[in-house]
Amino acid sequence: MKGRRLYLDGVSVVFDGFRALNNLALIVEPGELRAVIGPNGAGKTTMMDVITGKTRPTEGVVSFGDADLTRLDEAAIANLGIGRKFQKPTVFDALTVFENLELALKAPRGPLPCLRWALTGEAKSRIGATLREIGLEERAQDPAAILSHGQRQWLEIGMLLMQDPDLLLVDEPVAGMTDAETEHTARLLAGIAGRRSVVVVEHDLDFVRALNCRVTVLAEGSLLSEGSIDHVQKDERVIEVYLGR
Amino acid sequence: MSVTALPGARASGLRIGLRAVLIGAVLVLAAMPVLNQLPQDHALHVSDFLVSVTGKWICYAILALSLDLAWGYAGILSLGHGAFFALGGYAMGMHLMRLIGPRGVYGHPVLPDFMVFLGYQELPWYWLGFDSFAFAMLMVLLVPGLVAFVLGWLCFRSRITGVYLSIITQAMTYALMLAFFRNDMGFGGNNGFTDFKELLGMPLSTTAARAALFYASLVALVGCYLLCRWITGTKYGRVLTAIRDAESRVRFLGYGVTRHKLFAFVLSAMMAGLAGALYVPQVGIINPSEFSPGNSIEAVVWVAVGGRGTLVGAVLGAFSVNGLKTWLTSTAPDLWLFVLGGLFVLVTLLLPRGLIGLVQGRGQGGPK
Ligand SMILES: Nc1ncnc2c1ncn2[C@@H]1O[C@H](COP(=O)(O)OP(=O)(O)OP(=O)(O)O)[C@@H](O)[C@H]1O
Ligand SMILES: [Mg+2]
Repeated sequence: MKGRRLYLDGVSVVFDGFRALNNLALIVEPGELRAVIGPNGAGKTTMMDVITGKTRPTEGVVSFGDADLTRLDEAAIANLGIGRKFQKPTVFDALTVFENLELALKAPRGPLPCLRWALTGEAKSRIGATLREIGLEERAQDPAAILSHGQRQWLEIGMLLMQDPDLLLVDEPVAGMTDAETEHTARLLAGIAGRRSVVVVEHDLDFVRALNCRVTVLAEGSLLSEGSIDHVQKDERVIEVYLGR
Repeated sequence: MSVTALPGARASGLRIGLRAVLIGAVLVLAAMPVLNQLPQDHALHVSDFLVSVTGKWICYAILALSLDLAWGYAGILSLGHGAFFALGGYAMGMHLMRLIGPRGVYGHPVLPDFMVFLGYQELPWYWLGFDSFAFAMLMVLLVPGLVAFVLGWLCFRSRITGVYLSIITQAMTYALMLAFFRNDMGFGGNNGFTDFKELLGMPLSTTAARAALFYASLVALVGCYLLCRWITGTKYGRVLTAIRDAESRVRFLGYGVTRHKLFAFVLSAMMAGLAGALYVPQVGIINPSEFSPGNSIEAVVWVAVGGRGTLVGAVLGAFSVNGLKTWLTSTAPDLWLFVLGGLFVLVTLLLPRGLIGLVQGRGQGGPK
């Protein structure tokens, strides 16, 4: 199942006459780590909405491997192996940290399998490993409602890992994190890429530099520049709309 | 670790306490028909009235449980659960009508009185099979289940939630009420069904039959409670609460939200149907007023007052609000609707977690 490429071409999204995405093209190769930057309102989140089925593109091609993502709903796209972390972390407040991860863990998703679900030793150890990875071991039995903003970010990253997706879309993962945590996240994401494709949206340029990957710059819904971080930082147009401010 | 261990230990202590209270309550209820047999002047004598009214409340408690599964866990605020209750009641009523046989006022060998009166020549096809207890019981579950399935499928698939969904469910029960009022529907029009004679060979007027129905209802309540307790304790139950709190997020985890909500809604409707089926032989009548929108709203108030998303709260709410209603309607009948409305407002504002929240105390998180 591994080895599918994400392909966007000519994608436009129009909200009441406003073009949030305008003829956008993007290709993410299997196993690639890609950073996406751009000013507020550039359309970064909207791009993720289009890939995950939340928003239907007004026109354009969106595919993952040979699956046409414009024809599938959110759940079907998630089950294709595309996982997402939201810009505003959304976890299930009434459930414990452990239960949040358990819900995300890759397993049959229908009502009957969920009724029959029993926590196996293997599942428990996978959840345990993720809890260690995201530093929430001590909080496993706490309701997610009482976590801090940074911890919610971590929990959502953990939920993304539990889904075992082939493509991870990560929207502003380090907002609200300390420098040490930011570094940890960069290492975590870089470590995941290679086995899976990862697309990271982030404003923090030090973080993007630490990812050490190809960078895509969006502005006003279109592709502005693409290349290494040094390349885009030297690009006149990028300096003008984004870095120069 | 010691910090996190504390609330857990307290919660499990509460759970053991709760179990003891629940078993005690079931035993007290179970004793009522027995104590009814004691001589009138005995200190522990329980009156006929109290036994029969408690039997009704037990049915209401099952309805409240079913609503709590849909609303408290899956977040589906149904303002039409009374319709599922009434449909189950009508299915049972049809069986009871068939059991009257030729003993009706008109003495027709096949047709029930109302059909003779309305000039029916033969039994409508949808009455066939209701002679059989097993078939009728199947319909008690299937008819509400099917209605819930169709309505739920249409709504959940189109992602109709919140107030819109509530209004649609309310419209459903209202539409059904108008339909059942019609004589040509073949369900007895505004008179509905009454004058039942027997069930499973027991004449309904006997104390033994009343006690049997009481115990059947109690067993059903305990069974439904245990079923709901089990369901909500599984991963499926946690998926439901996740849908309640952040429906779209659940989709991005790959769960088919429509299927999950539909499953809970249909199961809940079947439970409500069962409650109605147990209710009808105890009160001896079923008519279209059971579909009236107010009934469904009252059921929501029971659950809100008791504390939604707790199961126990729903049962507690059904008993306490109906106890209050029975008492008030005999002392100050005009006040009831104001008290009901006031109760709902007060609980929503002051006791968002209901009566059960008072017992559980603070600091245990939201509905769970
Ligand atoms: N559902 C919607 N309806 C109307 N306009 C929308 C909608 N969603 C997004 N937009 C608009 O589309 C534009 C792009 O928004 P988007 O959230 O994709 O930007 P972004 O690059 O993620 O910005 P940020 O860095 O602030 O997160 C914005 O101007 C936003 O107001
Ligand atoms: Mg954004």
